[in-house]
This record gives sequence, C-alpha cells and structure tokens, in this order.
Amino acid sequence: MLYMKKIKTAAALVVFTLASHSAVALDAAEKGLAISKEAKQRDLGWADSTADMRMTLRNTQGQESIREIKLKSLEQETDGDKSLTIFNQPRDVKGTAFLSFSHPVGADDQWLYLPALKRVKRISSRNKSGPFMGSEFSFEDLSSFEIEKYGYKYLGNETINGLDSFMVEQYPVDENSGYTRRIVWLDKAEYRVQKIDFYDRKNSLLKTLSYSSYQQYLGKYWRADSAKMINHQSGKSTDLTWNNYAFKTGLQDSDFNRNTLKRVR
Amino acid sequence: MITEKLLIKSLKRLTVSLFLVFSVNSIYISSSLANEFEFSGKVGVEQRYFVDEGNDPEQVSHNQSSIVFEPELYWGWNNGSDSITFKPFLRLDSEDEERTHGDIRELSYIHAGDDWEVRTGIRKEFWGVTEFQHLVDVINQTDGVEDFDGEDKLGQLMVNLSVVNDWGIVDVFLLPGFRERQFNGSDGRLRLPILVDNDSISYQSSAKDQHLDLALRWSHSIGDFDIGSYWFHGTNRDPLLSLSVNDENVLFKQYYQQMDQLGFDVQATLGDFLWKFETIYRHTDIESYWATQAGFEYSYVGIFDSNIDLGLLMEHGWDSRGEGDGNSAGASVQNDLFIGARLAFNDMQSSEILMGMGSDLDHNGFSFLFEASRRLGESFKASLDVRLMQSNEPADLLYQIKNDDHLQLAIDWYF
Repeated sequence: MLYMKKIKTAAALVVFTLASHSAVALDAAEKGLAISKEAKQRDLGWADSTADMRMTLRNTQGQESIREIKLKSLEQETDGDKSLTIFNQPRDVKGTAFLSFSHPVGADDQWLYLPALKRVKRISSRNKSGPFMGSEFSFEDLSSFEIEKYGYKYLGNETINGLDSFMVEQYPVDENSGYTRRIVWLDKAEYRVQKIDFYDRKNSLLKTLSYSSYQQYLGKYWRADSAKMINHQSGKSTDLTWNNYAFKTGLQDSDFNRNTLKRVR
Repeated sequence: MITEKLLIKSLKRLTVSLFLVFSVNSIYISSSLANEFEFSGKVGVEQRYFVDEGNDPEQVSHNQSSIVFEPELYWGWNNGSDSITFKPFLRLDSEDEERTHGDIRELSYIHAGDDWEVRTGIRKEFWGVTEFQHLVDVINQTDGVEDFDGEDKLGQLMVNLSVVNDWGIVDVFLLPGFRERQFNGSDGRLRLPILVDNDSISYQSSAKDQHLDLALRWSHSIGDFDIGSYWFHGTNRDPLLSLSVNDENVLFKQYYQQMDQLGFDVQATLGDFLWKFETIYRHTDIESYWATQAGFEYSYVGIFDSNIDLGLLMEHGWDSRGEGDGNSAGASVQNDLFIGARLAFNDMQSSEILMGMGSDLDHNGFSFLFEASRRLGESFKASLDVRLMQSNEPADLLYQIKNDDHLQLAIDWYF
C-alpha cells in the first residue's frame, strides 16, 4: 500500500513539477529495494538446509557433462551464510569440498579441500565472475542473495510463467562482479525469483536463468526443483536440479570448520 | 623375486578385502539408511619417455611403463560422525622393481564429537601453504619411488586428537612406528649414481623404527590470515646417506636421526594475492638449521575477456646450511628462486596447464616442469608432464639427474 501511495505522489509530481524525473528515479530505487527486502524477509528463519544438486552442462554440439554436488548451509542472523559444497561427480574431483563464510559486505572467507593431497587451501574469493565447474553459472550466481550486494530499481510489472510479477533491476556493488546489471522477475504472490537476465560488463544480454517447479517447505520456504541457465552469447546451457531438500536438520557452527571440511561426505 | 612374492601376497590380501567389502556393502544397503558406503578410486596407466640414456648402463634407456591401482573404501555411520576409510595403493612398474610397490595410504577410523575428533590408524596429514617446496610438511614419509617431486607420501600410523576452539584448532599426534624412505632401484632413472640400500638401515634411537614420535600443532584463521605453528619430536624423515662397501658393492646406507623441529606457516589472502611463508628450525645431534620458503601467488581472473584464469607464482627458498662443501652436505634448496604460471581454462573438461621453473642462485642449476591435464569424457583424465633438469655443480642433486629429462603421459580412469 505504501508503494501505491508513493507512486501516486510520484505521478502527481510528474504532472505538476519540473523536479519530477529525479523523484520518480528515487521512488523506483526505493520500490526495487523494498521488493528485494520483502523477498529476503520471507525467506528468513530456515536455520539450516541440505540438498543434492545435479548440474547438466551442455555445449553447442549437444555434448553433456554431469556435476553432482551436495550442499549444506547454515543461516547466520547477523552475517552472510556459512556453506559447505561437496563434489561427488565428476569422479576425478570426488571428495573435493569447499567451505565458505559469506559476508554481505567485503570478501568472503573460502577454503578448498583437495583430498588427493589432504590439503586445505585458503583461496581468494575475488573470483566471482569465473565459471563454476565449467558450467554457465559463475560463483556469484550461486552465492546467497544479500540486500547489501546490490543497488535497486523497480522497472514495472510483467506476467511470467503465468504469474503476475515485479521486474526489478539490480546493480552489483562489487567491482569484481561480471555484470553491469541483472533484471529479476519475482512473482507478486510469493516473491519467488522466476527469471533473471544477466547483462555483461559491456551491458549486453549475456545469460538468462529460469526457475521452475517451486515447492514449499515447512509451510514457508519456497525452493525450485529445477533451473536452466542459457548463455545467449556462447549458445551453451546448464540445467540444475535439486533433490532431497531438508531444513532445520540440526546443523551447527561446529559443522562448518576446517576439520569438518576434511571429512564431510 | 622378493618383490613378486610380496606383490602376489598384497594382491591376495586386496582380493580378500574387496570380497569382504562387497559383502559388507550389500548388508549395509539392506540394513539401514543411516549407514553409508562408498567405493571409489582410480586405475591408471603411465608411460615415461627419457630423452637421453642414463648415466649407468643398467638404467632403463628410454621407456618406462607402469600401472597404478588406488581404490578407496568408505563406511560412514551416525550421520558421518563415525567413519572408516581404507585406501590401498599399488604400482606395477615394467623396469624398476623398487618402483613396483604397494602401500596402505589410509586405513583409519574417525570419531567426531561436537568440537573434537579422534583419528586413529594409517593416515596422511598435510601442513603448509607454499607450492614449490613443502618445508613444514613433516608427518608422513615421502614415497621416493612413486615420483621424484616429493609430493607423494606413505601412510603413517597415528592417533590424532583434534580440538576446535574459538582460538584455533589444536592437534595432538602420537606417531608409533616409522616408515623408511624407499629409493629407486638399479634399473630406475631419477636416482643417485650410487644406489641406496633399502634394506640395511640404522637409527640413532635404540627403538629403531618403533620410536614413538610426537607432534603438537595449533592452526587458526584470523581474518585474512591462516596461521599454523607446531613442534615435532621424533625420527627425522630425511635420512643421512653414508657410503658403505658391502660385498664388493658400493652403496649408500640410510641413517635416521632423532630431531626436534619447530615450524610456522602463514598465508595472507589479500584480494588477488596470496602471500605465503613457511619456516622451520630443525635440531639434531649433528646439526641445527633454519630454512624458509616464501612467496606469492597472484590470480588474474578471465584473461583476454575469456573464461581462462591465469595464476602467477613466485617463491624463494633459503636454508642456513648454505651450499654443500667438503665439510657438509649442505641443502639442495639454499638460495633458490621458483617461478610458475598456472592456466585454468574453466571448460567442461577442466583443462589446466602448470609451468614452473626452479633456479639455484648460487650456481648454475635449473629445473623446468610443464604439467597439463584434461578430463576425457566423464571419468577419464589425461595428464602430460615434462621435466627438464640442468646443473653444472656436481655436489647438486640436480647434477645427478641432469640426463633424466623426460615426458610422462598418464591416463587414469576414476570410478
């Protein structure tokens, strides 16, 4: 309701004053932020989650390659989430695991465990734009959504997947991001991300991510069963499917350290 | 002959274990979902081609082939809080009977509590942050016949208590039993001109290879810094080699001293730079010395607007013993500069190229390595290594293997 009131005010300004343009821009920014905050707010309180993720990489010749990954995440109230990513396929990287303490502002803390060497390596988290496991997903595409990571602009409404949705433009704050902007479609009923368009550093459309088959868990949290990322410039694509989603499984801080990284399966 | 017998024995043992595993597996699957069993590993073939003939006519002249088998069996229960891992290793070499060898890389039981865990059995423990030399890595004996770069390690029997605190992780190690280093045989390349006796070995400790070694390590991550520090007391993993005349043969004999070693390692992860530093102080009855390895790794993400990442590495190694002379053997890495470049293509096949160069700044000694790898299909991986060595200093280890420049092609199947 608040937004509607503001839009009405803004409309009045457009008609009656010369300062209209900046006022509308400010309003679009506020509304974009408010929608994103609401989406984040609705997804708080899941405590911890585990899931199995399967990636199917596809090149322009139609050749496929499979990645199998197990994910464990722990929600942090005052900081970014903690997560463990465990690789099961391809077989030559089986047992490799990745520990990340994400931060809304500043660099994330990341460690990689290499099982053949039994070595835990602290790695630079500056590589946000690079491909994840040779897929069309970059590291930043797979990191958790935090309000502080973007600037916002509400673009309007559109129907997508048959659902009345908001269109919000997001501008990455991090200079190491591979994008100038992304346009996100969130359905008005549940604030679930339906689609994202990614624009590269030259501001050309690079990729489109589409989510499908949302399921609700614990009567609150929506997770998609699958997603598809299409790279418009290379013609390659990556399909994602999630299985065995579980929430509030009892994971704690002590499940996310360099010792657990070495033995997690 | 002895090797063959050993081999047959270990193969038999392996078959028995595999049989056991498969029966256990079927029981587990039928009994409870809380239990987890995994059977994975690799089988590979490797071909080495030496450009020149060796110094010794006994040595293989050009081609050396081998196969390797390294399965891993894992049982986990109580949500992974309890687990047993068994990882035998076997390499069969066409030329060098010493390189035909088996090992138990891992056979251990881990029990984990909330903030602590106990790891018991044969294991590998890696410490350190640098890439060209692993100074502080001290727990496991080097597998000297598997490769000559010192990256491969033998399994070490241990009891390791690890406790996670707010102020860091504390690890206590009790290490009963010592593994001697194995050296290439007369047919093998990449060896000293005089053979090392792998059988008749002497120790400073009267307990010989049964000395109970101890290690205590603290490690912690503070902001951008990852720090580790330790004390090790026990058998020096590096043998002293002394000439001995035995049945009209001249051989090097291995002698293992007791040592106390303090070690410290730190990595600062600052933006695109990883700054790395390792140092040790080693004390034995014969000598005490300091050594350091320090340098950086710089990552450039997406060169030329591509998906390719470029990593540039530079490290310097220093040792207080300096170069060898008439009085002491000295250190092989005493004032050496290492530079390297790593290309990660980030493609579907995870293609990678690593190039490295080591140069002794005190005399003309030089080594070059090139490593390229790529996945083939879903579960094969091909690696090509090229190693070139040059030295003008006869006291230098590199001088002894300067005719051993070689290419190595390996294809591994992962299951």
